[in-house]
Amino acid sequence: MAQPQMRKPVEYFLDNKKYLHPKFAANYGNWKTHDRPRPGVLHHVSNTGDQVWSVRAGTQRQMDVHTIRLLCDIADKFAEGRVRFTIRSNIEYILSEESKVAPLIAELEKNGFPVGGTGNSVSMVAHTQGWLHCDIPGTDASGVVKSMMDALYDEFKNEEMPNRVRLSTSCCEINCGGQADIAVIIQHTKPPKINHDLVANVCERPAVVARCPVAAIRPALVNGKPSLEVDEKKCICCGACYPPCPPMQINDPEHSKLAIWVGGKNSNARSKPTFHKMVASGLPNNAPRWPEVNEVVKRILMAYKADARPWERMADWIDRIGWPRFFEKTDLPFTKYMIDDWRGSRYNLNASAHVRF
Amino acid sequence: MAKQPHATPMLDQLETGPWPSFVTGLKRLAKDKDYVVDLLGHLEHSYKTRKGYWKGGTVGVFGYGGGVIPRFTEIKDEKGEPTFKDAAEFHTIRIMPPPGMHYDTDTLRKFCDIWEKHGSGLIALHGQSGDIMLQGCTTENVQKAWDEINEMGFDMGGAGPAVRTAMSCVGAARCEQSCYDEAQAHQKIVNQFLDDIHRPALPYKFKFKFSGCGNDCMNAIQRADMAVIGTWRDNIKTDDALGKKWFAKHGMNELVNDVIGMCPTRALQIKDTKDVRKDAHISAVALNDTQSLEIDNKDCVRCMHCLNVMTGALNVGNDKGATILVGGHSHLKIGATMGTVVVPFISLKKDEDYEQLVELAQTMIDFFAENALEHERTGEMIERIGLVNFLEGVGLDVDANMVTNPRMNPYVRTDGWDEEVAKINAKKKAAA
Repeated sequence: MAQPQMRKPVEYFLDNKKYLHPKFAANYGNWKTHDRPRPGVLHHVSNTGDQVWSVRAGTQRQMDVHTIRLLCDIADKFAEGRVRFTIRSNIEYILSEESKVAPLIAELEKNGFPVGGTGNSVSMVAHTQGWLHCDIPGTDASGVVKSMMDALYDEFKNEEMPNRVRLSTSCCEINCGGQADIAVIIQHTKPPKINHDLVANVCERPAVVARCPVAAIRPALVNGKPSLEVDEKKCICCGACYPPCPPMQINDPEHSKLAIWVGGKNSNARSKPTFHKMVASGLPNNAPRWPEVNEVVKRILMAYKADARPWERMADWIDRIGWPRFFEKTDLPFTKYMIDDWRGSRYNLNASAHVRF
Repeated sequence: MAKQPHATPMLDQLETGPWPSFVTGLKRLAKDKDYVVDLLGHLEHSYKTRKGYWKGGTVGVFGYGGGVIPRFTEIKDEKGEPTFKDAAEFHTIRIMPPPGMHYDTDTLRKFCDIWEKHGSGLIALHGQSGDIMLQGCTTENVQKAWDEINEMGFDMGGAGPAVRTAMSCVGAARCEQSCYDEAQAHQKIVNQFLDDIHRPALPYKFKFKFSGCGNDCMNAIQRADMAVIGTWRDNIKTDDALGKKWFAKHGMNELVNDVIGMCPTRALQIKDTKDVRKDAHISAVALNDTQSLEIDNKDCVRCMHCLNVMTGALNVGNDKGATILVGGHSHLKIGATMGTVVVPFISLKKDEDYEQLVELAQTMIDFFAENALEHERTGEMIERIGLVNFLEGVGLDVDANMVTNPRMNPYVRTDGWDEEVAKINAKKKAAA
């Protein structure tokens, strides 16, 4: 029987300038300065005197086609049919005329898209797939994010923070959401539960053994079947064995908790980029609104807002006030689990007489 | 009209509150699609039991080895039949977006039409990988959807142990701080590695990210195996009119506290304009008729802070290019690593410069393919073999910009010292 004719893919990466707004194309590499006339609006001026206004609005990221078409209708009506997206899933409309800014904002707000996310605001959360689509999720990113952004709605729409605030959430310790001023990340607290009936058929055992960061996994014969066992004293409950070996179930409705990390910064401005640090853990995976997580995130944000100086990011603020005062101001307990014992950890200890009282 | 919806009391709670709700979007799709009716049932089950129920598998398109993320349901009845049978398969197709994520509405509408016809109608703009994520498709429809998307002029993104979809910032299209043509670098590098994107055959993933300046809006240093960060070698450019305008609005307190006091290398000073140094590496911007902000560009590390505060009054220089850092990645397996400098400056002005960047990327990928262990990222490989071995392997010279400080321990064999010094001196002489 003849095989059906399959279409061969055309491999290319598209024209890098094709989708630009005409003003972007005309002034490419020739911009002079910008300002922000109001939260959610950027105003750029080129060396030729050309001007564009970019209006930024929040979206739910996981969008149905009706939402995308609505956003397109708005672009066709107000913004010359061009849009772009930011790394945090905000949509940006590009306008050549200032007179269209206010009507566009009104239209976006009328349709439920908050305008903001610029400058010293709390922008939309960078997040992952979660229960909706991921194969190894401990929680649902979209739900946590929706709950957080509901609570931080006004902070998105205004620019009242000391500097910009970037958030992320991640549904497992791999941290696909990325480094952030405040990151919400699943923290497993128990070793994987192994279904020994399935391991031999599903998992490539040497690859799973090699995946463990602390060499806690070894091949074993269990109930007469080739399987794997975990040295539970060594296990750090990271879940790295679960993707290559799903019978090693790490997610646990009760024992997979949420942890909060602060002070990640990707920018090189002022200090070098920093990784975020764990400041809270043990928060329940309390779907559908995760109120305990929200409460801690908001508490940290409000302490930062009240105390940080202009232009200090979360990391810069903590660097000035010190960790003891961070825990004091946020009323979070500093526990032994926050003292790093991973490789290179002694660089994270205080090797000085610099002590704050 | 689709079938009767499942009760979703938990998801319904995510329709309250002011932020746009993805649940409301899913419900709109569920009006016409049994597929999404069952997807909502599936998701509600996860919310109730606090667990995920998708497992991977193998689904692809003709000609490619990756780019589709297969998902099969694990929620099954006692006979092993899927409980939510219309959503038993929920694959995602990753599509590479245009550099800077610019679109016209025609393109977005075409994506919507294709995905409404062949998929769930749910699209994430964008995934953390930088891809357009077309979420939710049956095995049968993956090829049909892909054929139409490819006809539109879009190509599939990376997955698995492959070169991955790259990301670039808005850059030169709109930003005065852009130090190179990010979109061009992005496109040239991706085109070089199309085979490595579509047919996973590397030890593990390899990511490129392009940021136009040190603000690193693409999180490249933390997340990319090779980060291209825009910078400049000459002096910060200044604009006296904008400097005076800024100072009139913000005043001395803000200048001292927010600009001068926050410079990480103390490169800024207030001077009477008549006392500003005349050396070639000094630039200055007027604050008023008698005072200026003096910048010692030899001390400046191009961190971007003062440019961010005094936008337009201070700006990037003319001798532009990029710093290249290698080895950023997240926690698995050895703990997160930042990228570290391997090329302090590469000029990115002419077309040939971009060809050189592509060549450098090819050398890095070749070395990674040859030398990394299975499931080892570039940052982990460098940690294992040491930066010097990596540099020698890819043919780059050592530079003091690559370290925070020189070694702090004597545990090193130095009997090649004289030869190294001779080599460095010979290079200096040749360059002179």
